[in-house]
Amino acid sequence: MAEIITDKTMDEIEILAKLHLTDEEKEKSREEMQRMLNYVDMLNTLNTDDVEPLTHIFPVSNVFRDDVITESTPKEILLGNAPEEKDGQFLVPKTIG
Amino acid sequence: MQILELSALELADEIKKGTIGVTEAAKASLDQIRKEDSKVCAYMTVDEDAVMKRAREVEEGIKSGRYTGPLAGVPIAVKDNICTKGMRTTCSSKILENFVPFYNAEAVDLIEKAGMIMLGKTNMDEFAMGSTTETSAFMATKNPWNTEHVPGGSSGGSCAAVAAGEAFLALGSDTGGSIRQPSSYCGVTGIKPTYGTVSRYGLIAYASSLDQIGPIGKTAADCAALLSVLASYDKKDSTSMKRDDADFMAAFKENPASLRIGIPKEYLSEGLDEDVRKGVEQAAEYLKEQGATVETFDLGFMEYTIPAYYVIASAEASSNLERFDGVKYGYRTAEYDGLHDMYKKSRSEGFGPEVKRRIMLGSFVLSSGYYDAYYLKALKVRAKIKQAFDEAFSRYDVILGPAAPTAAPKLGTSLSDPMKMYLSDIYTVAVNLAGLPGLTVPCTVNEKGLPIGVQLIGDCFAEKKLFLAASGIEKARGAWTLPFTGKETL
Repeated sequence: MAEIITDKTMDEIEILAKLHLTDEEKEKSREEMQRMLNYVDMLNTLNTDDVEPLTHIFPVSNVFRDDVITESTPKEILLGNAPEEKDGQFLVPKTIG
Repeated sequence: MQILELSALELADEIKKGTIGVTEAAKASLDQIRKEDSKVCAYMTVDEDAVMKRAREVEEGIKSGRYTGPLAGVPIAVKDNICTKGMRTTCSSKILENFVPFYNAEAVDLIEKAGMIMLGKTNMDEFAMGSTTETSAFMATKNPWNTEHVPGGSSGGSCAAVAAGEAFLALGSDTGGSIRQPSSYCGVTGIKPTYGTVSRYGLIAYASSLDQIGPIGKTAADCAALLSVLASYDKKDSTSMKRDDADFMAAFKENPASLRIGIPKEYLSEGLDEDVRKGVEQAAEYLKEQGATVETFDLGFMEYTIPAYYVIASAEASSNLERFDGVKYGYRTAEYDGLHDMYKKSRSEGFGPEVKRRIMLGSFVLSSGYYDAYYLKALKVRAKIKQAFDEAFSRYDVILGPAAPTAAPKLGTSLSDPMKMYLSDIYTVAVNLAGLPGLTVPCTVNEKGLPIGVQLIGDCFAEKKLFLAASGIEKARGAWTLPFTGKETL
């Protein structure tokens, strides 16, 4: 049986996903997620004891390069897409009390 | 000569001979966009002045010997999740509506170095999540064969642009079928290359272990020529592969008679529309006519591919899309109470329903207590699926099957039931899970006048076999007429 998605689970998902849902959206999302998990549950009918999880198609190792200094992007260009900026910095709401 | 009816390679050839000018070709594409795109809605952004300026530059560059490649002077469309310096790149999302990258994706640099002319940016499903291009926050693209139908997705704008004569070639991206399925719906050719073949640098990430950029065009040879341009090692992408076999045009010198083709029995069973089944059977006949051997076999694990895909893709998406926080770029909500409220409101107002659905599912399957049961389990199933393909490719050069269970559905009929939309990805997602190359080539037209393409799947690095098989189908099928050419003569 798939995991039962409760209202409490939805509250936790909202925090993890950094989304704000109205009560109506939350109920709709809960139903949709429950339906999806019921379907995904069929993965458990396949025995996978003998396999390693596949995260990369090809064997990968760290890709190293020499630590060479290259030109960086000027600050004013980096700030060009910022919703709000001040004195050459990204402006955010107060983060500490 | 009708410029728009030429393939990309034919056009480049005429340009080289001097019978068609680069500016003339660019102008023909822009004229067609002006004439058709109010109906088709393939493009998000077109800067006509920039296109003509670039065309004059390339015209000079070809004369001076700077641009000598086989696609020099050819106009191309670019999907709107591929970053273009100085031109907005929206992912068809409100959250990136005004985002203007200050750098080019590696793929865009490569097409510029090849002397190609970028026409503009094409509409897509928001963040490439969807199968109809209807999840775009801005507009729905229409299928040029019949504007009451969808073009497919998520690269719907790119495929529709090529089918409508609004571009000779296009760049798309494919995470679970987003090049191959709309190529089938729009009657064009498209290939998702082996994972790691085309740099993902500057491709706005959806699911990084599955995403690949690939070419969309009128013919297999056009796609092969473009893939030869795109396939190169890039140190800016840590999963980029060094390939020394990237001359894909070499495929067309071979004989398709040598090919062993396998059709998975599961691919022809329930859930497949009759007209698509006929299309696959027709393609099998075409390949037999060309001397190839064709037989059916049991692939296995078919029912597990969609659940495994949606768990893995959503998990990676939830992580990749964390960067959209309303701080460094993108949409920020107008009113908020503190930092976390700003994050939550910006994201909730900026993302559409399908994107939120996948972020929530991904957040859940990665969360403490559920990670092993869902995410890790899906990765193990992924390993099993890869094994099944390895086994198949020990016996066959190419797997033949449908690209989608149906021809293009009508607009407005797919989004009401997300589960149903996910199930339509049944023939394409396994290819991404296993990192394989997959190509769609147009095969036939159904009774409603909608095109049906078939999918050819190869082992890793076996793109040439796909191009060879596609050329066999093209040869036996004969000339393929795109819908806009008929309209031209009216």
